[in-house]
Amino acid sequence: MNTEPRLRLEGVTRRFPGVVANDDVNLAVEAGEIHALLGENGAGKSTLVKFIYGVQSADSGTLFWEGTPQRIANPKAARRLGIAMVFQHFSLFDAMTVAENVALGLPRSFARSGLEERIHDVSRRYGLPLDPGRHVHALSVGERQRIEVVRCLLQEPRLLIMDEPTSVLTPQEVESLFATLRQLSQDGVSILYISHKLQEIRDLCHKATIMRGGRVVAECDPATRSAHELAELMIGTDLSLPRRTSVAGGASPRLEVRHLALESSRLHGTPLKDISFEVLAGEVLGIAGIAGNGQQELMDALSGETPLADHHTILADGRPVGASGPNRRRASGMVFVPEERLGHGAVPQMTLWENALLSGATTSRLVNRGMIRSARAREFAATVVRDFDVRTPGVMQPASSLSGGNLQKFIIGREISHNPGIIIALQPTWGVDAGSAAAVRQALIDLAADGAAVLVISQDLEELMEISDRLCVISQGRLSPPMRTKYATASRIGLLMAGS
Amino acid sequence: MALRFEARGAASRAMVLGSPAIAVVLTLAASLVMFASLGTDPVRALQAFFIQPLSSERGVAELMVKATPLVLIALGLSMGFRANVWNIGAEGQLTLGALAGGGLALALYGYESPFLLPLMFVAGIAGGMAWAAIPAFLKTRFNTNEILTSLMLVYVAILLLSYLIHGPWRDPDGFNFPESRLFHDSARVPVLLQGTRLHIGWPIALAITATTWILLARHIIGFQIRVVGLAPAAASFAGFSRTRIIWTTLLAGGGAAGLAGVMEVAGPIGQIVPVISPGYGFTAIIVAFLGRLQPVGVVFAGLLMALTYLGGEYAQITMNLPNAVTGVFQGMLLFFLLASDILIRYRVRFVP
Repeated sequence: MNTEPRLRLEGVTRRFPGVVANDDVNLAVEAGEIHALLGENGAGKSTLVKFIYGVQSADSGTLFWEGTPQRIANPKAARRLGIAMVFQHFSLFDAMTVAENVALGLPRSFARSGLEERIHDVSRRYGLPLDPGRHVHALSVGERQRIEVVRCLLQEPRLLIMDEPTSVLTPQEVESLFATLRQLSQDGVSILYISHKLQEIRDLCHKATIMRGGRVVAECDPATRSAHELAELMIGTDLSLPRRTSVAGGASPRLEVRHLALESSRLHGTPLKDISFEVLAGEVLGIAGIAGNGQQELMDALSGETPLADHHTILADGRPVGASGPNRRRASGMVFVPEERLGHGAVPQMTLWENALLSGATTSRLVNRGMIRSARAREFAATVVRDFDVRTPGVMQPASSLSGGNLQKFIIGREISHNPGIIIALQPTWGVDAGSAAAVRQALIDLAADGAAVLVISQDLEELMEISDRLCVISQGRLSPPMRTKYATASRIGLLMAGS
Repeated sequence: MALRFEARGAASRAMVLGSPAIAVVLTLAASLVMFASLGTDPVRALQAFFIQPLSSERGVAELMVKATPLVLIALGLSMGFRANVWNIGAEGQLTLGALAGGGLALALYGYESPFLLPLMFVAGIAGGMAWAAIPAFLKTRFNTNEILTSLMLVYVAILLLSYLIHGPWRDPDGFNFPESRLFHDSARVPVLLQGTRLHIGWPIALAITATTWILLARHIIGFQIRVVGLAPAAASFAGFSRTRIIWTTLLAGGGAAGLAGVMEVAGPIGQIVPVISPGYGFTAIIVAFLGRLQPVGVVFAGLLMALTYLGGEYAQITMNLPNAVTGVFQGMLLFFLLASDILIRYRVRFVP
């Protein structure tokens, strides 16, 4: 019996221009262990995993595989050792079948004959129902993930790396994934599980390594720690929950959407079907749902980037705006926070004050008869930076130089500074550090407290439970009726997410 | 062993602005090698190319004459290039401008009026715009690639020119040469400096440079053009219409090229001939990039490229060097410019 751990890292360091992504990292994963790698975005988890999987080299440090030092030059070498990885973003061909996709990802030496049968075997054994003959574009995100998992399992790995696997799954799908992982662990497969979701880690993992700023800050048995303790280790400061104020009763609707239907302009997109809802003054309405169920299309329709045929489909404070573009809607008091910060909500190469012009040209009168009022725009941007605690040397910095959290605070702050009556945000804290996420949520709640209507579309259920007064679920382009958040349970929402 | 480009953290601003200078120095160095291997004295050749043309008042005037169309066209093109609208058919738009303006001069032959020349300018601008409107329509309506459509229309324009001067517009007293008649005085661009060909086109080009600078740096139009070029989704978020920007930039490029074309036929040439431009429309692409798509940079780059045309002629006369040397110079300049731009943004790594 080998006493060496299956995988051991010693002193792994990797520098990038201007940042040390991994600083003297040590890690040991035992056989059959489910080991959590916990940390915020930018803590260095991905860099470390890329090193293990041979995607990226390290500046110094050694990797021991079952006691022997190894140099893993590329993913192929990693797979030869028995290391497999399921990425956060799948690499599947929509137009091909499950079996074809699995075959494409396998080494050439792998026998092709009987592949479908073996897919059946593996998926039965580990509770991963999958039909090899179906086309990928017709599958749900959870099913797509199963393809990636099955593809890995066919190679009988001894270490399985999973990068944020539950971010796209319904609560029920998460449960069945966990059952699979537990069974793999019993079969002696080690699992390196990357996540920032604390509850899951406490439920699933035997051991956790917590990273912050490129270093390992703690190692522990997650089941013995509370989620709050883990979060503080991960973030390094005290966490504050957003303060809520109750909504005044009898408020009137500020945003009304009536029978919104829209064909998607995206390839394999989701058409919207008969969506109706209203957001009241002083209310936060949350729309939950798994990625790819029409959130992007709904956002395009609400922001006016895809104007609608019927002007009366969307009413802002009673005024029809359905056929208007984004600027006409802004003139009616609406503002928007898109999901992508770089390239959609902001132009990466442009300075912060120039980015203030994107939505502020007419709303905050930063342009006069076509001429840019640059002094006024700089002042506006500086106010946003000050009021929303954006950490940056100044408004002359390009947007790309800000961290995700700071840029998101700038974008949210820019929109709120236009004094909106209605704000619509898609995934407002996606990929944002916990401190900034809390600030963004607080800003949205405060805006609602001032009488604005706030609509948040998010895949982060915990976030919606925390900030919204009422919740709807979007599934396959349809919207569920709203429910009061305090009566909403994870299982009820999960069933709605899965479309039942 | 493999070569890999790796992004540098941030491109140095000094290097980004200085890369045209690096390109010029590298071009000169490479041309020394080229002249030496051609068997000519490289120092004398460079002198003939770059110094002698500027040693007389006439030479300097001629430099501005050649720079005028280059600067005009490059100003228009740089607006489009900032928005990722790749109009490379300025040569055709120049030709159409020359035909529209020159056609008006021929139609009103002998009619003396101070309003004729401004009218010809308007006609020239409209002609260039009309030619550029074809790729704009095709791109916004059918999503065609403007690189292909605008380039192909160059050859159509040149054939149209050829047809007109071999047929309906041929000078009746011209001994069957394929040329139009010489424009009468009212249809000629006034000369600024006696004894040279320097005409009012140069100050007009400088005035348009100033206007373009204001549009690009201070007006919301310039901002919209940049946003569309850098981040189309952000432009959509801001409510800027991509279709409108495509039309605006293509029409601006076409109009500027058309104006350059009518100024050529009504200025230095004085009639419509089979070859109106020695490739100004294509060289202006290099001018736009060499000038960093900045109006003031374009003026300097235009003067430099004009010098390569002038130097080529001088070197041909005084040293018997082939005229193709001009093209080689222009090509090397673009090559070194693009190469240094890449190396400023990326470092090269050898991956074993």
